[in-house]
Amino acid sequence: MKVNPTDAPSDDESGTDGRRSRFEGSTLFDRDDADGEYRTDGGQSAGDGQMFADSEFTEVTTGQRLSEVFYESIYEPFVIAWSDWRTKVGLSIISLYLLLGVVAWVSASELLFLDRITIIEPARGDGPIRLAPFQDWSYPLGTDMIGRDLLAAMIHATPRMLQMILAGAVFATAVATVVGTVAGYKGGVTERSLMTLSDVLMTIPGLPLVIVLIVLIDPSSPYLIGIIIVINAWAGLARTIHSQVLTIREHSYVEASRTMGIGTPTIIRKDILPNLMPYILINFTSMARRVIYDSVALYFLGVISVQTIENWGVMMNIGYENNALIIPEVSHLLFVPMVFVVGLSFGLILFSQGTDRLFNPRVRARGSGTTKSKDDEEITTGGGAL
Amino acid sequence: MNWWVKRTGQALFTIWAVITITFALIRGLPGDPGSRIRDQAQRHNPSMSQAALERLIEARIPASYDDPIHVAYWEYLTSVLQGDLGYSTFRQGDVAPEIASVLPWTILIMSLSMLLMFALGLGLGALMAYKEGSRFDTALTGVSIFFNSIPYYVAAVLLIAVLGYRLSVFPARGTHSDATEPGLSVHFVLDALYHATLPTVSFVITGFGIIALTMRGNSIQTLGEEYIRVAKLRGIPDRRIAIRYVGRNAILPMWTTLLISIGFMFGGAIILEEIFQYRGMGWLMFRSIEHNDIYLMMGTFLIVTIAVVVSLWIADATYGWLDPRIKSGDESESY
Repeated sequence: MKVNPTDAPSDDESGTDGRRSRFEGSTLFDRDDADGEYRTDGGQSAGDGQMFADSEFTEVTTGQRLSEVFYESIYEPFVIAWSDWRTKVGLSIISLYLLLGVVAWVSASELLFLDRITIIEPARGDGPIRLAPFQDWSYPLGTDMIGRDLLAAMIHATPRMLQMILAGAVFATAVATVVGTVAGYKGGVTERSLMTLSDVLMTIPGLPLVIVLIVLIDPSSPYLIGIIIVINAWAGLARTIHSQVLTIREHSYVEASRTMGIGTPTIIRKDILPNLMPYILINFTSMARRVIYDSVALYFLGVISVQTIENWGVMMNIGYENNALIIPEVSHLLFVPMVFVVGLSFGLILFSQGTDRLFNPRVRARGSGTTKSKDDEEITTGGGAL
Repeated sequence: MNWWVKRTGQALFTIWAVITITFALIRGLPGDPGSRIRDQAQRHNPSMSQAALERLIEARIPASYDDPIHVAYWEYLTSVLQGDLGYSTFRQGDVAPEIASVLPWTILIMSLSMLLMFALGLGLGALMAYKEGSRFDTALTGVSIFFNSIPYYVAAVLLIAVLGYRLSVFPARGTHSDATEPGLSVHFVLDALYHATLPTVSFVITGFGIIALTMRGNSIQTLGEEYIRVAKLRGIPDRRIAIRYVGRNAILPMWTTLLISIGFMFGGAIILEEIFQYRGMGWLMFRSIEHNDIYLMMGTFLIVTIAVVVSLWIADATYGWLDPRIKSGDESESY
């Protein structure tokens, strides 16, 4: 997962089509002018003779800057990521779940005019009991022991799940990023103490700690549950971000900023963080996955006390308790929630695998199949040895 | 040598930190575990004298609740270090021997899964890099991603349903059959492995994918390095390049994955053992939660953590042997 800047020149040799060479110079992939749009570090440092020319004094309107930032850090990465089938499928799956979440939220909401809109009724026990999936289209996924519509229950479980995922993933990535960059950039005592803290937390196995905390605190807010689940998961990420920062901070443009007397927070924000963004994004999805896995497991095994059945894990638990494993007639109680869990997790994995090429130039160049340089043939023959 | 001292110091520091967290959590709880023991004792033996009761509670709780916090902390720390983890109201015995009797089972499925998962992942990953772009590579990438997106406990439930109940090829629960006498006989070992199959398989099929994909990426990256080219030009045999040059450098970055998965697998074992009713640490921990048995719960947490710390320490020790650079430990400049 290491970005190797030396890969860029070999790509350039073969990168004849305009689209690709454009990417080569964009924020994310070329370390040397990674901060082209930021004025503070002297912009494009290599050889264009305007080391300080577009610094503080150049007039750049806010609108221009914003559109440039949008283009380089949102539009271009998106186009690259979108060119991979995995991103397309992954993003579609994630969007589908988000849509389900919104539908359920609007249906259940009692806010102003939303009160009157109900797209999908919450699950109530008014249908035939133990109906198998795909039998009656008013209950597409069947019903449970007391006649609740499984599809409605699954959909109404989504908003809470998304809140949990969001809280956990945001908390973990934010803490990890702050700890990792500050430790990596500052060095010295700060680095040693922060990294010792991370090492200690990293060593404590997550799930037992989470179980103990949940049993003792007994939380009910989905946000709090999400945060407890990643209570020490950020430490591993902070460690890897730290080691990435260690290589970035030796780059000449960072040194230039330092020489110009720019403060640490600004350097971290403008010179270091943009390089880490793709990496952070990918880890955001893996944290999200972790929250799904662990929360569903804890609901499934009944560690988190519940007030409602509307959670995928709780429904798996109900299925399990009703011997869905042994009695084929009720097995859908167990399998329907499983499909929902696996689906979301699959979408997140595909998305992060697809965006991998954003920060791994070698995989990007080779995966696209358009660059077949002399260098690549060497590699292929080298592979013969394995 | 210096690196060793530092690494060992860190392991000890972690153990101390976890003991402190445990103490803080027990202390922060509402209610007094002593009163639970008192109730239980009085139920069994109503004629017990007050002094005898106090002595009993004293013996069963590592740190008294009436003491000021620093005294209680010191008492707790020393008794834990001496192996006294308190008294389990559910098992009606000391916590430490209870844990000692189930720990080997957890370690068994842990190490089996770990070994198979990494063997399979590294092997397939290298093979995929070698055949990069082929149909085999594409198919296996898809399979790896798909299996990786199944939570291990979902795989466990499915395996129980299919292999355990429908087809009845593997036992769905327990560590060994009742008929076999625990001991170092071939029969017992085979029986234990037979019972460990489904838990292990649940871990392996859901975990090998990400290892294979990472190994594939690393190998491809390493294959493009200049020194591989130089090695070829020098006429070094392909076999040696594959193992010493590519293999070694592709595996090194995965050490972190290994370290993180040790903790992850111990955590996962807790969930799996509950599903398989496998009498290991996880099974014990869930019983303690069910029975509101605070010392047993904290004891399992503490021991699982110490087991992870020790495994990590061993893993780190072997890393120095794989990659000698780690020991030089040059400090970078502080800004």
